[in-house]
Amino acid sequence: MIEIRNIIKSFDGIQVLDNISARFEEGQTNLIIGQSGSGKTVLLKCILGLHEVDSGNVMYDDRDLTRMNEKTRKSLRQEIGMVFQGGALFDSLTVEENVRFPLDMFTYQSSKEKQHRVDFCLDHVNIKGAHQLHPSEISGGMQKRVAIARAIVLNPKYLFCDEPTSGLDPETATRIDTLIQEITREFKITTLINTHDLNSVMEIGELVLFISEGKKCWEGSKEDLLTSPNAELNKFIFANKLYAHFRGKTS
Amino acid sequence: MKFFFHVGRYFNMLHRVFGRPERLRIYIRQLFHEIDGLGVNSVGIVVIISLFIGGIMTIQFAYSMSNPIYPTTLVGLGTRDTLILEFSSTMLALIMAGKIGSNITSEIGSMKVTEQIDSLEVMGVNSASYLILPKIIAVVFIFPFLFILSVFCGLLGGLFTGPLVGVISVTNYLEGIQYLFEPYYVTFSLIKSLFFGFLVASVPAYFGYYVQGGALEVGKASTKAVVNTNILILLFDLILTRLLLT
Repeated sequence: MIEIRNIIKSFDGIQVLDNISARFEEGQTNLIIGQSGSGKTVLLKCILGLHEVDSGNVMYDDRDLTRMNEKTRKSLRQEIGMVFQGGALFDSLTVEENVRFPLDMFTYQSSKEKQHRVDFCLDHVNIKGAHQLHPSEISGGMQKRVAIARAIVLNPKYLFCDEPTSGLDPETATRIDTLIQEITREFKITTLINTHDLNSVMEIGELVLFISEGKKCWEGSKEDLLTSPNAELNKFIFANKLYAHFRGKTS
Repeated sequence: MKFFFHVGRYFNMLHRVFGRPERLRIYIRQLFHEIDGLGVNSVGIVVIISLFIGGIMTIQFAYSMSNPIYPTTLVGLGTRDTLILEFSSTMLALIMAGKIGSNITSEIGSMKVTEQIDSLEVMGVNSASYLILPKIIAVVFIFPFLFILSVFCGLLGGLFTGPLVGVISVTNYLEGIQYLFEPYYVTFSLIKSLFFGFLVASVPAYFGYYVQGGALEVGKASTKAVVNTNILILLFDLILTRLLLT
């Protein structure tokens, strides 16, 4: 479980996050939704500790990230898996080396054990025959799947995904969404996904947090999402539906 | 104020760079990779530039000492001392700042803008240390060898070119490069090359590590890194010459 309490964050005097509190449950796909520039990625990076918060607390199962020293924070980070928007795979390493990297860095397993774990994770995300290729030689969808494999290789307790379906075609996007949901349920991890794609929300969202202009506007289940009277949320949903309608017409 | 901000952030980065490595074996593997990529791959350009500059300097020395009152051995002596004292240490460092420095800034900068550095941080890896420390050690280690290679190739360039264009005989040139040899000059330049190696790796790494934006900013950071490294090399050249040679 991850809980954020009264998070405030500013950059150069401009407030980007304004007093956001929420609770993200274990074994569920928790979604942070909002328009581009609403502060989703900043919130995610604050939760990860990549940005220091101005005030507020980030609790990982009763452990407060904001009060941790560097050493404790490092050990917590080994319980975290992260899928970045662009995949963030290391260009100089092959697909297999990318997935093995956290194992090389933080475990004392034998080469055979590491290979077994890498093969298991790559099989899990359905990557076959691309183990020796470099990230530049595989498609965007495959890069995202390799990034997911790398994120789960250390058996994380918490999985973060920043816009995991952005830039992907609808079919691949659905496949990635389903994969994340399956992994969340199978390994009982706390998953937190940033997205502005309503399809993803309806596909895999269990608990949804909607933020607009750095403020928490709405929180609830996906079932309540479409019936909510919240004006900001409805504007966001309408824009998404309109986009989907025109995309449907053009494709 | 901006100057002090950058100086402070540079030393803050160095503090992180020299932090305890997570897994020494991986750092050593990275070190060999960097020695190959940044050092061994620079040998070709060092050889070519030094051969030509050695040859050109010999011709120019011979031209400026064409008066019969100067002994011809001074041509070899002048070429040797200029190569050891200034060209093979300082000028080569300026050239390497362009080649190695821009390479380091663009590599680290690209990793920054594509979130690969964030990815390392999220894993719990000290990204500054993992990415920059092997580069600094590799460049500091390889620079003295490049200096020695450059001096050797420069003298060789003079040996080929001088007699070829008829400005000096082989015997006079060889006599000149051995005449009044001061071994301390080599020590002095080796010390300089260690400092310059550190600057050539760490300053561009700083510009790459803190770049923000996209490909355009990475390009701008590369240019800034090369310019600032060159200025710092010249500044340190002045300081070290004052401290060690006079």
